[in-house]
Amino acid sequence: MSTETTSGTGPADTQEMTFREAIRLALREEMERDEDVFIMGEDVGKFGGVYEVTGDLVEQFGEARVRDTPISEAGFMGAGVGAAATGSRPIVEIMFSDFIGVCSEQIINQMAKNRYMFGGKTEMPITVRTTEGGGSGAASQHSGTLHTWFAHFPGVMAVAPGTPESAKGLLKSAIRSDDPVIFFENKEIYGQTGEVPLDENYTLPIGEANVEREGEDVTVVATQRMVGESLELAEELDGQVSVEVIDPRSLYPLDTDTLVESVKKTGRLVIADESPLSYGTHAEIGMRVMENAFFSLDAPIQRVGVADVHIPFSPVLEDEVLPHASDVEAAINRIV
Amino acid sequence: MVVIDIETEDGQREALRRMLTIRAFDTKAGDLFADGELPGFVHLYVGEEAVGVGACSALEADDYITSTHRGHGHCIAKGLDPKKMMSELYGKADGYCNGKGGSMHIADVDAGMLGANGIVGAGPPLATGAALTAQLKGEDKVALAFFGDGAVAQGQVHEAINIAATWDLPAVFVVENNQYGEGTPVEKQHNVQNLSETAEAYNIPGFTVDGMDITAVYEAVKEARNRAADGQGPTLIEAETYRYHGHFEGDQQPYRTEEDIDIWKDRDAIESFKQRLVDAGTITEDEFDEMKAEIDEQIETAVEEAKSAPYPDPSEAYEDMFNATVPEISQFSSQMRADGGEDR
Repeated sequence: MSTETTSGTGPADTQEMTFREAIRLALREEMERDEDVFIMGEDVGKFGGVYEVTGDLVEQFGEARVRDTPISEAGFMGAGVGAAATGSRPIVEIMFSDFIGVCSEQIINQMAKNRYMFGGKTEMPITVRTTEGGGSGAASQHSGTLHTWFAHFPGVMAVAPGTPESAKGLLKSAIRSDDPVIFFENKEIYGQTGEVPLDENYTLPIGEANVEREGEDVTVVATQRMVGESLELAEELDGQVSVEVIDPRSLYPLDTDTLVESVKKTGRLVIADESPLSYGTHAEIGMRVMENAFFSLDAPIQRVGVADVHIPFSPVLEDEVLPHASDVEAAINRIV
Repeated sequence: MVVIDIETEDGQREALRRMLTIRAFDTKAGDLFADGELPGFVHLYVGEEAVGVGACSALEADDYITSTHRGHGHCIAKGLDPKKMMSELYGKADGYCNGKGGSMHIADVDAGMLGANGIVGAGPPLATGAALTAQLKGEDKVALAFFGDGAVAQGQVHEAINIAATWDLPAVFVVENNQYGEGTPVEKQHNVQNLSETAEAYNIPGFTVDGMDITAVYEAVKEARNRAADGQGPTLIEAETYRYHGHFEGDQQPYRTEEDIDIWKDRDAIESFKQRLVDAGTITEDEFDEMKAEIDEQIETAVEEAKSAPYPDPSEAYEDMFNATVPEISQFSSQMRADGGEDR
């Protein structure tokens, strides 16, 4: 897995597109590149995916490779694991990460464990794509942010990009990887646009964070929707506070070095991630920084996330619990 | 895998040999466990040999199987090496999984054995996936899932069969009805008389066969394999059988009596198959005794070699999680190397 900039479209060529389009482009390119790659999930075919991510892929690749499934997450997740163990490279779509509970057995006891249990004698080249995040009034069973579960559980890689460019580069790496990767897509940023490399060999290594904006006074480690919001905030605060924004992009493996280097420079850390606060992603990022940059910290680490409640339906309540740029700003103000 | 053609005399003798090998291996494993020699949990296949060997005899070498927590018989039936299996039971470095899997996770993916499985009902979805690979790639391969009567009550088994049926996948689903789901009799877990009746719900053929009769199992699976390979989709086969040992070694078995077990032992699959072969002149009593002695010796040798084989280096605990290297794990293996292999 490395960034290659050879052949095909010129490496410098980019095009503005949405997060959703960047994912679809990655899917299209990888399916063109490798006929062992196929997609299965609920309504991924003619329907085009409930969030229109797979779109018209079925027209290009046919129903066998863009495969509608029964509403049987355990069955088709398990089929994905079995297919991956026998030479296919399945991309399994779980419509909402909240539905992972019904197929978690196949993820935690089969997908994540087979390679290790079998002494490394099998590979598990499967990518699981799923959506998460609140903001659309979908209420508690369709709005969760569950990536911490799988960043915590050994044997799967957990990727959660915050920009269209990293979505394309990381999804392509996930599909090419011989390891199981769960690719988390925040629903609220599907329409967000950015410049995306058109080079069909453009990939990003899983496990590398990206410094989205350099700054001197405080490091904001932000994921998914919080990346864009933190970047806008950093612009607003320009001249008052110099904010460095880092998107870890991959939660497991996590690029500790980039985070630590940043905190050694700024001495202050805010972690903004939409997952629940207790025992979570924030804690892990904070702890790694403490282990490696404790004496560089000038102030307590700040966490911005969701209190340990579910995502409520009423827009007023939902807005209350979701993290926003204002929460990041308040956190910065507490320590700068 | 050496394919057994059970329709020939050589094949019949080989089938008998594998059944005897399973019995000798698992009887020995039970003894070793009782002696405190083997760590972990051990679930034995003794009594059910005709199902595994009959079914695998109907497969081609490249076909896939998925197995269960009671998987030793499936491994031997698929042609795996008892020596490497025994080493795995001992947790030794030269076992099938280098000691990482143990009894419940023996796998040999290259041989089409996609793994024993500690989760009841988790195998059928994997078989559905292997069958999907075969269909997508246009390969002449079939995936066969072994699972127990208990697994029939699992939701994911229903999902796996429904998907395979809906997509006409080249799969065969074999229920080993050994009459007990752990310690609860089958009639207390299911509302149907025969577990193959559920096939009707998927609009696929379903058969219940005598799982103590290797020929009956073979013929049913052979037909199912032909259907599957022919693009006609899966078949559900229930093989009625019996486990002579408890659910696990150490199970006190309050749910049945010695008399219950004896009813089935009177119909012992190996004994009856052997008798048929003797009657047909395929094997003599002397040749049978010789075969049995050879197998016993083979298993004894496997035990001796497993005992003397080295354990994995402790640093191996930090290997094999991923194909890629992740710093979260590699920091421990490099730390161990720096410490000269001592415990952290």
